[in-house]
Order: sequence, then structure tokens, then C-alpha cells
Amino acid sequence: MQQPFWRRFVRNRPAAFGLAFLAFVVVLALGAPLLFPGDPFRIVDMTFLPPFGAYLFGTDSLGRDIAAGIAHGGRTSLMVGLVASIVAVSIGTLLGAVAGFYRGWIDDALMRFTEFFQTIPTFLFAIVLVAIMSPSRGSIIVAIAVISWPPIARLVRGEFMAMREREFVQAAICLGMTDLAIIFRQILPNVLSPIIVAGSLMVATAILIEAALAFLGLGDSNAMSWGFMIGAGRSFLRDAWWLCAIPGIAILLTVLSINLVGEGVNDALNPRLRTL
Amino acid sequence: MAIGPGTILYVVRRLLQAVPIVVGIVVLNFLLLQLAPGDAATVLAGEAGGAPPEYVAQLRERFGLDRPMHVQLLLYVKNVLTLDLGYSFRNSMPVSELIFGRLGPTLLLMGTTLIVSVLSGVLLGLVAATAVNTWRDRVISVAAVIAYATPLFWIGLMLILLFSIKLDWLPTTGMEDVVAFNEGWDRVLDIARHLVLPTLTLSLFYMALYTRMMRAAMLDQRGMDYVVTARSKGLAERLITYRHVLRNAVLPVVTMAGVQVGSLLGGSVIVESVFAWPGLGQLAFQSLFARDFNLLLGIFFLSACLVVLVNLIVDLVYLVLDPRIKLG
Amino acid sequence: MSEPALLALHGLSVALPVWADRERAVSELSLELRRNEIVCVVGESGSGKSVLARAIMGLLPAPHVRVTGGRVLFEGEDLLRAGPERMRAIRGARIAMIFQEPMTALNPLMTIGRQIEEMVEIHLALTRRQRRARILALLEEVRLADPQRIMRAYPHELSGGQRQRAMIAMALILEPAILIADEPTTALDVTTQAQILALIKELQRKHQTGVLFITHDFGVVAEIADHVAVMQHGILVELGAAAQVLNAPRHDYTKSLIAAVPALTPRPRREMEAAPVLLEVSGVMKTFGTGAAWFARGDRRVHAVKSVDLAVRRGHTLGLVGESGSGKSTLARCIIRLIEPDAGTVRLGGVDLSALSRRQLRPHRKHIQMVFQDPFGSLNPRLTVVQLIAQGPITHGVAASEALAIARELLQLVRLDPAAADRFPHEFSGGQRQRIGIARALALKPDLLVADEPVSALDVSVQAQVLQLLADIRDRLELTMLFITHDLRVAAQVCDEIAVMHHGEIVEFGPTIDVFADPQHAYTRELLAAVPGRNWIPPQLQR
Repeated sequence: MQQPFWRRFVRNRPAAFGLAFLAFVVVLALGAPLLFPGDPFRIVDMTFLPPFGAYLFGTDSLGRDIAAGIAHGGRTSLMVGLVASIVAVSIGTLLGAVAGFYRGWIDDALMRFTEFFQTIPTFLFAIVLVAIMSPSRGSIIVAIAVISWPPIARLVRGEFMAMREREFVQAAICLGMTDLAIIFRQILPNVLSPIIVAGSLMVATAILIEAALAFLGLGDSNAMSWGFMIGAGRSFLRDAWWLCAIPGIAILLTVLSINLVGEGVNDALNPRLRTL
Repeated sequence: MAIGPGTILYVVRRLLQAVPIVVGIVVLNFLLLQLAPGDAATVLAGEAGGAPPEYVAQLRERFGLDRPMHVQLLLYVKNVLTLDLGYSFRNSMPVSELIFGRLGPTLLLMGTTLIVSVLSGVLLGLVAATAVNTWRDRVISVAAVIAYATPLFWIGLMLILLFSIKLDWLPTTGMEDVVAFNEGWDRVLDIARHLVLPTLTLSLFYMALYTRMMRAAMLDQRGMDYVVTARSKGLAERLITYRHVLRNAVLPVVTMAGVQVGSLLGGSVIVESVFAWPGLGQLAFQSLFARDFNLLLGIFFLSACLVVLVNLIVDLVYLVLDPRIKLG
Repeated sequence: MSEPALLALHGLSVALPVWADRERAVSELSLELRRNEIVCVVGESGSGKSVLARAIMGLLPAPHVRVTGGRVLFEGEDLLRAGPERMRAIRGARIAMIFQEPMTALNPLMTIGRQIEEMVEIHLALTRRQRRARILALLEEVRLADPQRIMRAYPHELSGGQRQRAMIAMALILEPAILIADEPTTALDVTTQAQILALIKELQRKHQTGVLFITHDFGVVAEIADHVAVMQHGILVELGAAAQVLNAPRHDYTKSLIAAVPALTPRPRREMEAAPVLLEVSGVMKTFGTGAAWFARGDRRVHAVKSVDLAVRRGHTLGLVGESGSGKSTLARCIIRLIEPDAGTVRLGGVDLSALSRRQLRPHRKHIQMVFQDPFGSLNPRLTVVQLIAQGPITHGVAASEALAIARELLQLVRLDPAAADRFPHEFSGGQRQRIGIARALALKPDLLVADEPVSALDVSVQAQVLQLLADIRDRLELTMLFITHDLRVAAQVCDEIAVMHHGEIVEFGPTIDVFADPQHAYTRELLAAVPGRNWIPPQLQR
């Protein structure tokens, strides 16, 4: 399985590009303390220096190095996106699996619960959660996870319901296996690929939400973030467009590459969709 | 599908079923907001410049914030069920008045966005699918992938930069030119001009989503057995696409549009903030920082009602589109 | 034979895409179809018979599957050289087609009337009124009651048989010279199948249509064919008059296919009183769905099983026979407790299983095991064959090494190569997977084996092998079996006793030989009369 999957994946050119760019972003984020040592909030030079001069991306309204902000902001974006997605996928998978496997009143109750979360305007709810817990990386991660798990729960529930009807699961019940063994050892391995795909696409969405929160001033004030940079540069749009444009392009390209990787994984896991 | 007594019964049932959900949302948010540091009294007192504790206590008593939490909650839920959303001490106005003043602009923005994104998504998806693997398909698909990854607030700023600042074609912010005192058609036109950029900004992501879904659904449906039947009847490909495939392919897009209403409301918070659009999202944002919780809860209540309502409308549309769906 | 052929295929070849398991779907095939004649094309799955039908219609999924040579002469005109415009004029009007699954072959969002009308609209210039009159007349002709209602109905509002009748009406409305029928009765119940076959034959005689009938079922062939063409791996191996091919086949492949068809002669009687009762079912009941919901209209309950009593003696095989929706599978799942019955008791060897909770039942589960229908869905794709078979014993506390040894032994019992042990299910054919499923069930040494349509997804030759294997194992291990099937031929061959289910009730229960010789219930008689090719006795052939 391993070899053909990898080969199918890299043969998909957009996915390969996405992976390459994502790798670049990860290296940049991990290497930020080495490439741009010191506090990214530190003032280094005059204000509003245009890009491609003394500083690669210029300086902002307070004279901070934008390139350093981009590198350090990448750490925040990737970390928040990844952790929030892992938490959301875990919650969603657990609830979806239980609802889909047991059906009946458990399913009804859990689905009412997810429906409830889907009726709350999600982003507004995230804003309230962050505000209540006071903005920090932790509270942002919690807020994003809380509003992101319902679609995963629905997906996993659907997969489990379909799998539950499959005869190999019925056979496992006939063999006398415990529910726990059936859920985790028989069904879960078979529904892992849609979960992985949805999870990887969720990282992209989570990065977008984090950026939007930071843009509105609800970011962690101790951590540099792309959304914060755009929010801070917003008032100077007329005279210093690069303050907003550059971090935005960073978000766009990162999210795009994650989406391309996610779709590449999907196509590589379901090869029959591509052959015809 | 005719609108008969069955449909009305169904609508009533759906609305009744939504009551516990909406009340639940209000209760949850009420409890959450109790956890927030500070309340309206502290904020008002703080603004008054370090007022004495007696003054704060007095304010609390006046707002009813000194009573035990469960009493406040029960009182609030009781009021909400009679559609009394309370009083905003911060704005010195009943909450319902404040909210309904802001509802129009938000509905206008959401409505145009919904229509623009669904229509253009369906159209672009159709064009891409009927020309699959040609340059038209590639251009549309690549544009959709990029639009799908673009942060809303950023593209809003970039549109302002391009169309308002550099080209000076469209107004930057607000919903209308208040000092111009336009009336009648002039006012409509003015609002329409202000509406272009916010709608475009908010639509972009959803347009990309629906385009991708529509394209996939078209390709999916084209492989179905009934298409082979239509070919075996001697139907031309164009007729097969427009008469048979199109309608089947639109169904998942409609479903998705319904699911996305909640997220659309969330997106409008950002867009309203970027374009200073005087809608509910802005109001919610301001009320949060003013600790004006009565107002914020009222907005949550109304948004939940809106989501329930739009979902119901989408389901009714679906009922017309798909004869297989039975009421229930 | 003096009349010229309506349709003549000369050396037709169809290429498959490079990733397929063989180069050609159809290879240099020549065949003739005359007016007022039914030619049956018979073959197992993958024989290329459906590709042949689509090649004639010009409906191959281009560009991957395409015609590479030969001629398709329709009334002297080579269809392979006809332009798309010309082909569209012929399709529907001169050559019409019906399909296996009328549910998916009809557009779910369009009324039946509209879909038929569309066919008339494209080919003839008639007024709306004339079109409607014609449609109503034809719906009447295919014996759809209340044609007005059918016209306004959507496909999902009709039964499978009604949908196929509507499809036939649509195909015949322009009086085509040729009707191509691609397994049109395979998805239908046996009694409906008999009606549809009779209808096709009647309309074909009346309109003098040439019918190319594609099927895998020799019973159906015996029922309607004038001429038979047997296909294997894309090659036409035998062509002849129906009587000759059915009763005196010449080619070895035809012979093996016919030999694999179970004869409709029941198993001889066995001594009943000697054995004690192993399984006793009484008053089992199952209703699906709930009553009218709050503010909803109508009762959506389905009484799948209505108070059923049954007993199976040790060492015997009971056949549970019925059509789809009769409740036979639900009953089996209630017995094995994959579904919780609403009422009734199930006793196995004196233990009242229905009194046990799900948790208490778990250790008892090894006494009843099940073999499933779908050879593709019934094996976990992530486990190797030996793991699949060993997981039962391991669950019941057998040491892993010992369980794996048992599994390897069982592979031999079901006649699979021991080298297959460490491979994954997707590397096996349908018949081999069914063997793995049987081995998995046997690994727990069950007292009762429940087999739910274990051969109905298999080709006839594979079906014969799996049935033979099941019979051998049963006799060797003295297994008790509950055998669920819709196929009376299979039931006759395998079962000592038969219980006929209809609408959730057992309408007839007795030794197979008695039920076949002297059916008591009207429904049993109807079922027996509907078996395709019941008057044809397959010749005794050396396999």
C-alpha cells in the first residue's frame, strides 16, 4: 500500500507543489528563531520602509521587520491550526463513532447536540469563547476546536452507519467481539482515510479562523500572527499597502498548499476516481 | 409539490422542534457570559473613571445583576419566550429595537451573498463540467481553489485598495452616503453601490465552494445509469445535460447552501467589520467589548432563529426540487 | 432462414483500456438477429455480453472502451460508420434498449409520463394530445393498472416490476425493429420476473420485434430463447437453436455451465424423528420504524416478521425461502441476534438465547455462526485471510498461535491454497472469498450455521462449487444449517426441509420433497410456477 500511495500522490502535480510549499513554510516557521533571532515585535528601523529594500518585506508602522513577523507568525498559524484540528477531529471522531455505531437514542441525542452547535453562528461563538477565556493560544485553540468538530462528527457518523451495515462488521458481532473492539479495530481503520482527508482540510480552515480572530484583535498579544499583522496594517492601507498584502499572501499560499495536499491525499487514497 | 395542509403542519412541527434548540443556545451563552471577567456595571464604572464601589453596586442593582445567577437565567429565558429581549443599559434602548434596526443591513448582505454565490457557483460549475479538461475548466477550477483559500478580511481590504483607493470606482465603507440625503431610487442606487464590495468579499469563498461541488456533482451524475438510458433514447448530449443532469446535480449544492447559513452569519461579522457595514455582526462585536450581555444574547437568539428559518426555507425548496423527499 | 437478418454482426471486436485484465471485451464476434426472433446472449460476469449490447447501440464509454474492428449491419447499414446524428435517429426509434435496474435507469426527478413522452418528442412530430394518447395506450398494453396515475408518478413511487413495465413501454412506444434487453429481470423477484418475461415474449410476437436478450441465467434462456449465443471471455463459443444448445450442448464451456445449473428436483427425504431439535424459534416478531411521530402524518411501520415459529433438528438443513421483503433475512438476523426481535423466544440446544442481554449473549455466540451474501463486503479488507479466520477463536480466548494453526487447517478444509493465508481479501475472487467466509464461521465449531443467500452473488459455475463445498462440510461435520435463499433450484438441492416466507409469515413448512410435489399454499404454488425454465430438465452431462 505504502509505495503506490506515495507514487500516486507525487504524480499529482498540484499536490506535489502544495507539499513542497508547505514544507518550506514549516521549515521557515521552525527556523524562525534562527533566521530572525529576537522578538519579532522589536523595532528595527524606520517606519514604512517599502519591501525589497534593506528589509525583504519592508517595515511596518512602528518600524518592525515584516519578514521576521511572517516567519514568526507562521509558527503561530501552523501550531494553532494543527493542534485545533487534532482536538476537533478527536472529538468529532469519538462522538460520530458512538452515534453511528449505536444508533437509536444515543444517535438521536448526539445528533441533536451537533445540530445545536451548527445552529449557533460559528464564528460569533468563537469570538465570544475567546473573549471570555481572554485571548491566548490556548483559548484560541479551544474556541476553534469547539466550533469545528460538528462536521467531522457528521462525517464519521455517516461512515460508521454505512460500515455498521457492512457484512464484515455483522460477522464480527456474530463472532462475539466486544463493541470496543469492533469500533476501534474493525471499523475505525476502514474509515480512517476520509477522516484524514477532512482533518487535513480542517487545518487550512483553522488557520483561516485564527487569522480572522487575530485580525479582529482577539489574537494572543504575546505571539506574532499573520492576522494581527493585517489588522495592524489596515489603517495604513492607502499609503503602505504591503503591510496588509504580504501577510495575506502568506495566509493564502499556506492555506492553498494545505488544501492541495489534502486533495492530493484524497485522490491518492481513492485512485478509482481518477482513472476514468 | 403543492403547498397543502401537510406542508403547513410540517412547517409548524419544524418550528416547534427548533424552540428547544434556540432556548438551549440562549442558556448556553448566558452561562458562558457569566464566566466572562467583568460585567456592564464594571465597564460603565470604569468609563466613569474609577467610580467608587458603592456606585458599581448601585449600577448592579439597577441592572438586576446582583440577583443569584439561576434567578437571572430563569427570568431571562421567561422573557425570551415572550419575545422580550430586555434592555441595553449601555445604549439606553430596548434590545429588540437595537437589533431590528441592524437586522435589515445584515439580511441584505446575507441575501445578496446567498443568491450571488449559489447562482454563480452553479453556473461556473456547469461550465467547468461541460468543458471538462479544457482551458475553461482549468481556469475555473484553479480560480476556485485559490478563492477557497483566501482569507475573507484580506480580500476585502485588497478590493478596497483596488476599487476604492486606486481606481475610485466604489465607496470604501458604510452602507450609504448619509450626508447626501438621497431618497427614492437614488438611495437604492447608492446602497447598491455600497453593497458591491461586501457582497463580492463574502461571496467569494462560497462561490468557490459551490463551484467545486457543482462541478463534482455534474461529473458524478453524468456517469449515472439514467444518462445511458437518455442516450439510448436518442437524446442529444446538450439536452441530456440541461434536462436530466443539471437538476440532479443542483441538489447537493442546495443542501450545502442550507448547511452554510450559520457560517455565512459568522463571515458577515468579519465583512461588516472590514466595510463598517452597520449590521448585526458589528453590533455583536461592540456589545461584547462593552460587556452589554443583554444585547449580545439577543443577537445570538436572533441569529439562531435566522439559521433555523433559513434551514427550513432550504428544506422547503428541496421539497419542490426532489420528489423523493417526503414530509416528515 | 431465407429472410435477411435485421441485425448482423461481422467480426466485431471491442478493445478494453490498458489497465483492464484482458485486451478485448469482445473478440471477433459474428451473430445474426432476425425479425420476430429472440436471441439470448448467455455468459458469466466479465464475458463481455453487456459490452456487446452497448457496442451495437454506440454507447460504449469512450475513449477507454472502443470498437476496433468488424461491422454492425442494421438493415444493411453499417452502424459503426453512421455519424452521431444518424445514430441518434436510430437509437430509441429503430433500436431500443431496456436495462437491468429500472430504478437507476430512470431519472429520479422526472415523472414516468414525461420520460416516455421525451422519447416520442425527439423522434416524431406529434401534438401533445397525440403523444399522451399513445403513451396511455402503451401503458395499458404493458398492463400497468391505472395508466393515468402511472404517467404522473415518479420512479420511486412504483414497484420494481411496475418500473420495468414502464421501461418496456418506453422502449416499445416507437415500435422499434430491435429491442436490446440487458438482464432486464435480474433485479426482480422470481414471480415478477416470470410476468415480465411473459410480457416481453408476448409483445415481441405481437410487434414482430427482434430481441437481443442478455442474461446469465439458463432458466431464463429456456423460458424465452429462440436462438442462444454463449460467450466466454469475449468470445462466442457456441451458437445454435435454443433446444440444441440447452439439451445437447457441443462446446465444453457450455456443457460446464449447464451442468452447474441445479436441477429442480428436491433432495431425498431424510429420517426426521431420529435427531433432537437443536433450534427452536417461537413467536418471533419484528416491526421496523416507529408509529406516527409528533405532528407527522401516517404510520410508517413495517411488520417485517409476524410471530414466526420454527424448529430445526440437529444435522438437518432448513431452507428459508421467500422473495425480497418477505422477512427471511430479518428472521435470520433475529435468530442470530444481529437484530433485536420485539417478541418471541429463540432456544438453541435448550438455552434460551432471547433471555440473555447483549453482554451475556457474547460467550454463546460461538454456537451460531453466519455465512453472508456479499463476498466483497463480508471480509474486513484490512486483515489477512489467516487473521480473518483466527479472530473468532482469539475473541473466545484461544491463544493466538493456536488460533492461527486452526485457521491454516481450515483453509485446507475449504480447499484454499495454504499459501493464500497471508494475503488480503481483495486478491481473491468472489468464490474464494465465500470460502474464506465459510472458514471464518467454522473456526468457532458452531452447532448451527446460518447461511444468508451464500451463493446468490456468484456466477453459476462458482455457485455450484461453493454449494458442493457446503454440502461436503455439512455432511462431514454433521452441521445443522439454516439456509436462506430466494432460489428454489438451490433450495431443492441443499435443503431437507423448506419454510416458505411471505409478508413476514411462514405460509408453508415441510420436507422439501413434499413441498415440491404437493404445495399446499397458493403462494408456494405461485413461486414454483414462476421458476424460470421449470419445464426444462438440464441434461445429465459429464463435468
